[in-house]
Amino acid sequence: MAAEERTASEKADFKRELTEVVPHLRAFARGLCGRADMADDLVQETLLKAWAAQERFQPGTSMRAWTFVILRNAYLTDMRRNRFRGEYDETVAERVLTAPAGQEEPIHLSDMHRALLTLPPERREALLLVGAGGFSYEEAATICDCAVGTIKSRVGRARAALNAMLADGNIPKRSIDDNAAHRAILEELDDVAAGQGGSRN
Amino acid sequence: MSSDTPKNPQRVPAGGPHPGSGSPGKGKDPDWASGLRRLYDSVVEEPLPDSFQDLLDQLDTKK
Repeated sequence: MAAEERTASEKADFKRELTEVVPHLRAFARGLCGRADMADDLVQETLLKAWAAQERFQPGTSMRAWTFVILRNAYLTDMRRNRFRGEYDETVAERVLTAPAGQEEPIHLSDMHRALLTLPPERREALLLVGAGGFSYEEAATICDCAVGTIKSRVGRARAALNAMLADGNIPKRSIDDNAAHRAILEELDDVAAGQGGSRN
Repeated sequence: MSSDTPKNPQRVPAGGPHPGSGSPGKGKDPDWASGLRRLYDSVVEEPLPDSFQDLLDQLDTKK
């Protein structure tokens, strides 16, 4: 199968596809962890891991989906080591999330991002994959290693939560700072990590 | 060296074919749904920091 040494041209293909997918990895990472600097660290870690594991990539399949799995696992591991606090950095967000000029939008991107970051991680990632990344439910389920129905339910709950926050203008100020909320997030993460197929322990 | 890409017949562009085209579920999205896609796209379209190209360049030297 895909376990043999790669030829030079296959390696070149792999690297080109990996390079093309970097902007998407950055976007996914930023949505997950909320801070541009940490997100980029995560992407770099992902690139190194992907390169080291390249013989497990099946040429012709989606590089984006494959690398998202790596990024997601790295994120969950780092989260559990408490490297990401889920903090929302206002300055970075303001700088990064400015809307394109000349385009007035009813929703500010910074509001959007803040609301997104209040979602429990597994709902956030599901919504990011389907609603922002354009993955199908089936692809998202593969990336998250769970059932399609689970993804649908997570996306549905995430949408309902965002509807409540954004449509009603009820965006939490900085609820991420709140200790209880933070603890709740970490507890949910345990569940997520536990459902991850037992790659550790 | 001349045989270009033995496998990989039609490579899909990194973005995939459907940038949120048919977000599955329903036909009508709330206002924030386009904001979510723009949030993602705004990062995708950012110029890549040099550190990434540096890292990619270094990959070849590691085995």
